[in-house]
Amino acid sequence: MQFSFSDQQLEFRDTVRHLLDRECTAVDLRVAFSQPVARTPRWRALAELGVVGLTVPEAQGGLGLGMTDLVLLLEEAGRAGLPEPLLETTALTGSLLTRAPHAATGALLSAIAAGDITAAVAPRGARAATDAPTGCSGARGETGLGIRVTDLVPAAVGADVLLLTIDDDGRRPELHAVRAAQSEVTPVPTLDPTRRMGNVSWDPSPSSRIAVGEEAHLALVDLADLASVATAAELLGLADRLIATTTAYARERHQFGKPIGSFQAVKHLLAGAQVKLEFARPAVYAAAWSLDEAREPGERDRTSRSASLAKACASDAAAEAARVSLQVHGAVGYTWECDLQLYLKRAWALAEAWGSAKEHRRRILASLLDER
Amino acid sequence: MRGAMDLRFSDAEEEFRSEARRWLAANVPRGGTLPSLDTAAGFEAHRAWEQTLAADRWSVVSWPERYGGRGVAIVEWLVFEEEYWRARAPLRVGQNGIFLLAPTLFEFGTEEQKERFLPPMASGEEIWCQGWSEPDAGSDLAGIRSRAVRAPGDDGWLLSGQKTWASRGAFADWCFGLFRTDPEAERHRGLTYFLIELRSPGLTVRPIPQIDGETGFAELFFDDVFVPDGQVLGDVGRGWAVAMATAGSERGLNLRSPARYTEAADRLVALYRSVLAERPDHALPHAEAVAQSWIDAETYRLNTYWTASRVLAGGSVGAEASANKIHWSETDLAIHRTAMDLLGPESELQHDNPWLDGYLFALAGPIYAGTNEIQRNVVAERLLGLPRG
Repeated sequence: MQFSFSDQQLEFRDTVRHLLDRECTAVDLRVAFSQPVARTPRWRALAELGVVGLTVPEAQGGLGLGMTDLVLLLEEAGRAGLPEPLLETTALTGSLLTRAPHAATGALLSAIAAGDITAAVAPRGARAATDAPTGCSGARGETGLGIRVTDLVPAAVGADVLLLTIDDDGRRPELHAVRAAQSEVTPVPTLDPTRRMGNVSWDPSPSSRIAVGEEAHLALVDLADLASVATAAELLGLADRLIATTTAYARERHQFGKPIGSFQAVKHLLAGAQVKLEFARPAVYAAAWSLDEAREPGERDRTSRSASLAKACASDAAAEAARVSLQVHGAVGYTWECDLQLYLKRAWALAEAWGSAKEHRRRILASLLDER
Repeated sequence: MRGAMDLRFSDAEEEFRSEARRWLAANVPRGGTLPSLDTAAGFEAHRAWEQTLAADRWSVVSWPERYGGRGVAIVEWLVFEEEYWRARAPLRVGQNGIFLLAPTLFEFGTEEQKERFLPPMASGEEIWCQGWSEPDAGSDLAGIRSRAVRAPGDDGWLLSGQKTWASRGAFADWCFGLFRTDPEAERHRGLTYFLIELRSPGLTVRPIPQIDGETGFAELFFDDVFVPDGQVLGDVGRGWAVAMATAGSERGLNLRSPARYTEAADRLVALYRSVLAERPDHALPHAEAVAQSWIDAETYRLNTYWTASRVLAGGSVGAEASANKIHWSETDLAIHRTAMDLLGPESELQHDNPWLDGYLFALAGPIYAGTNEIQRNVVAERLLGLPRG
């Protein structure tokens, strides 16, 4: 039993933290808020460090590492409020294409590692289109499945490749890696514009299909678990940022002739949030390890439960950190001018993404009741 | 240099687990629990169990062999605790000595003190209670007024004053506590940590019935109680630092191993399952609380192994112990409160209702070992760096 990161993993974390401290400041986030772009010089810099291609096999130019290596870097991405889709591209698409190798995926993996593309991943399955949009081939499409629409895909606007699924009742599930050119993305405004949310019309084709049937089913389970843990890791970083920013504010802001952070009512809010964060952290790290190491058939359910545990705890911790940080900032925290909003909006969004705390608690209880 | 993360137990750890499991299966008293340790007869029955544990070197597995232990690392201790709670073995009447005083003795004690006090602690021959709080010094522990002055022969101290809320004080043999030896000094200085035999002349023990009617704790009255110099732990006037080490053990890794809560959480899920089968309408509103209780116990387990690995790599546990104490006490309460809700009108029944006993015990958690409000102050000031009020 060794529940700690290696010195190398911690050093990599520090390197990424320093990069983001320089390249992903609140000023940079405001630029991203006004002009959400998928690929930026910052993305290129992360790729050069090996971060973007971390989950890509070495043969395709990546580092060939796993979630245990990535989880600390995702935490840093969360802390910085990184607008680029490290989660979708590296944690999800890179991992999934590596785990379910397919003839068509080699080139995608190389492009990810090079920092040439970004990905979007759909949290939900596609529905049949009610009317075919322009730019896609006929209403029946190439596979005969017809044009599909996948709603509310984060990171879709500006993405180069989109992982989309067909998971209708009664049909064999399918997983597709769809090029931007084979789809049409309608932007959907969100509170945090760097989410780059969009509804995607696409035409399922044999060339975009990377898994079907049982293989696709397992990939979708993997995808949900990877997404829960990766999102949870970003939430840890966000919660840490919110608590640190608010603690600094509570030391500076004076009322009644004292720093407001000297009042117990304020202390206890922040301490409560900190305790939640400290206890969420090992749950996320353990789940990341399980995703890498506990993948035998008999271990998969445990791994899914551990992923749900991670997301439930991290969502709650970040939601509490967000609540407390806004309350302690008072009216100034409610302004556009205060940088707090940049991180609050991401925390709110990610706390709900890929299953809320409540949804994951429901899954955990169901899995416990299934035992014995 | 840390190696790669590996959350599987090693072969040696698994072998240790099997050995503990076999021993517990053969030795845990049949028919479950002993009489309550807060009664005279129950206390002695639990003392006998400590002796059974000690005879096969299972009472203090993490101590060096020369003091009665097995010299195993903290992970093996956690494994032992998992097996201990899974086997539903009796509560540890020696816990204050073994889990709180012993780590402090290892850190501050002289060789003579360790030789003198550790073996009878391990064997259950000498059971310890604490002497911290006073009627006017609870959360504000540094406000204690009980004092010690040099004895006429200059070979020890005369203690006078009053201590209260001494858990198991009614039946224990020894007490460790803090007394003021320099009334002129700043209040955190001038305190000294003493080891006191409860049968000393001048010492009166008055049992206090607890909320359940049993004498779980006691008041201790000191009237010029002589304590020889050899029973001062650490330096004279440096007792606050020694006491904080003990308090760190109480809040941190030592006193409350996660197995206690994961075992209770598993029983809670089983209770939910049975209520769900019989009265789904009654059970369903509690689904989320059951899940959250299980989650809290599981995160406590994971955080403990995380901390243990940090300690094994040379790290230490400081103010994190306060976060830990908040978490375990609230987890215990959440588990038992949820069980009470699931039992509904049957929750108040006194017979054959271990959940009620557990609930009453859990209610004390946010109060003892420093209230959770004090712990939140510690987290805010020492982990986050907020200014003192």
